[in-house]
Amino acid sequence: MTVLSQLTPGQQGTIHAIHAEQALYQRLNALGFRIGKQIALIRRASFNGPLHVRIGATDIILRESEAQRIQLDLA
Amino acid sequence: MKRIALLGMPNTGKSTLFNRLSGASARVGNWPGITVDLMSAKILLGGHIAELIDLPGLYDLHGFSDDEQVVRHFLSNHTVDLVMIVLNSSQIDRQLSLALQIKQLGLPTLLLLNMQDEAKRAGITIDTVTMAAQLGFPVQTISAKYGDGCPQALQAAALVLNTPVSTMPSPAHVAQLLEVDTQIEQTMHNIVKHAVQMPTQLNDETTDRIDRVLLHPWLGLPLFFLAMFLLFQFIFTAGKPLQDGMAWLLELFRTTALEPVFASLPAWLNGLLLDGIYNGIGTVAAFVPIIVLFFLVMSMVEDSGYLSRAAFLMDTLMAKMGLDGRGFVMVLMGFGCNVPALMGTRVMRSRPMRLLTMLVIPLSLCSARLQVFLFMIATLFAASQAAYIMFALYMVSFFTIFLTAILFKHQYKSTEPFILELPPYRFPTPRQIWLRGWQEVKHFLSRATKFIIIGVVLVWLLTHYPTNVAPASSATWAGQIGQLFAPVLNPIGIDTQLAIALIFGFVAKEIVVGSLAVIYGLQGDALSQQIAMNIDWVQGMSFMLFTLIYTPCLSTIATMKSESKSSGFMWLSIVWSLALAWLISFIFYQGARALGL
Repeated sequence: MTVLSQLTPGQQGTIHAIHAEQALYQRLNALGFRIGKQIALIRRASFNGPLHVRIGATDIILRESEAQRIQLDLA
Repeated sequence: MKRIALLGMPNTGKSTLFNRLSGASARVGNWPGITVDLMSAKILLGGHIAELIDLPGLYDLHGFSDDEQVVRHFLSNHTVDLVMIVLNSSQIDRQLSLALQIKQLGLPTLLLLNMQDEAKRAGITIDTVTMAAQLGFPVQTISAKYGDGCPQALQAAALVLNTPVSTMPSPAHVAQLLEVDTQIEQTMHNIVKHAVQMPTQLNDETTDRIDRVLLHPWLGLPLFFLAMFLLFQFIFTAGKPLQDGMAWLLELFRTTALEPVFASLPAWLNGLLLDGIYNGIGTVAAFVPIIVLFFLVMSMVEDSGYLSRAAFLMDTLMAKMGLDGRGFVMVLMGFGCNVPALMGTRVMRSRPMRLLTMLVIPLSLCSARLQVFLFMIATLFAASQAAYIMFALYMVSFFTIFLTAILFKHQYKSTEPFILELPPYRFPTPRQIWLRGWQEVKHFLSRATKFIIIGVVLVWLLTHYPTNVAPASSATWAGQIGQLFAPVLNPIGIDTQLAIALIFGFVAKEIVVGSLAVIYGLQGDALSQQIAMNIDWVQGMSFMLFTLIYTPCLSTIATMKSESKSSGFMWLSIVWSLALAWLISFIFYQGARALGL
């Protein structure tokens, strides 16, 4: 199973599961991270910095540690 | 009076709408138990005077972030006659969840779909009639930035306010409802399916293209530093003549109007009024141009969407210090002036992270300290050494920032996940920019003026009393304090004269050089020669290190107190910076002496 942090820029997948405690889960949910949604990795910041992802019309940045909790199905 | 709560997700233009509806009449209200500033304004609506309150942005009514708790606290403790929800039309497919959560509270509600202009361009159509029917409250599309739909929105709001409500839920009842989380996913999906049409691909081409350059793996950081450098230069080069002009006007008013009028007063009263209170007002006024300029620039950086990009670029480094990229921008701006930089930390919505950033900002070498250093270096060092000494002082400044952040990052641990939205690039309107600058100045003046004037008067008393001795001499109260602290100050090479200068330095670093002139009773070259005779370079360096690290000025302290809403935090900052200043001066001075310098 692939997690979001393993994607290469330009690659996309469908959210399969989100493994997060309630606070993080709610935040992700409100920003559009929902099971079944398409998500694409746009770029990564240099020096192992945050990831820039896109869900629908929303661009979001998040750290590697959070991105590891999001499981994807690859298209 | 009716009360209207304005509420919405972050980055939906909620505050822009608030500013449009309130004009310049907004003020910061005091709400018991709430540690963030809530803006409120009185507006005339449907024959009522209504109080409009701008609540902080939130993602989820049941969320755990500081802002989400503030909103819950507010709704659980105050009666609200109308909730106006602001959502971003382009992201309605996910943001509708917030409207559905509000709906469950049973409060009179109006939904405003903002950024209608952007949604239209992206090809999104929303059937507000269908949506309103399914939600059970009115829906209105608006553009807060350009004002489209705002009159209609106000009419709709007036209509809701004037509709008699049979049973208004009490705050206690709302508080109960806020505790239960309910399933709304399905409802949201249904409404979006029936009322919203969205193209499958809707990405802003222009934003993508700009991001490709500004967030480029190699170019991103250099461009960021260049942008920061240019903004910094702009604020402080444009600010200097304005500050000088302000000082000139105040001086002119003093010599031509005040001094002749007060001349007949007894000397103590004359001194209190002119050197105490009037100088205090002057200290406050000196910050006004810098604060306006700073927020003109900052609101452009923020509203354009670049500040979130800065967070993306700088996160790796800042995360190690327990801060984030937005904190970096503020610390950097602190090298110009600490006061607006402290006010700017309000963009950070996590309180612990904001406090940590506020704790490190006063350690940055601001332009007022620079003046002291330029004078001392010219007095005690050869011209060829000047650049090295200056460089060393900047390095010490960075070092103390890192040290403080690393030492305190566990106390001020941010509980919020670092997940930020990158909004598309937008041009703020001049009106938006101007309103922001004006609001911030008003905020600073109303919160800091009294505090600063009292402080200036206090220092004036210490350095001018008792009256039968020379002002600022070692026989004054300030001199006595200096002698009292001699056991602590001698080990760092600071004598009574320098100690008095440090007491003046509490007011503002700008007056330190001037105070040395008063303390020694000499001017210009004679003053430099006297200082060079009295102290050696090791003492001078120790004095500069102390000046660099201890509390920058009264205005910083006042801002620290008003922004953190905590006297305890203000004291922590003062005590920590004094302790750190002493420790570093001690290590340097004793180290240098041990080496036989």
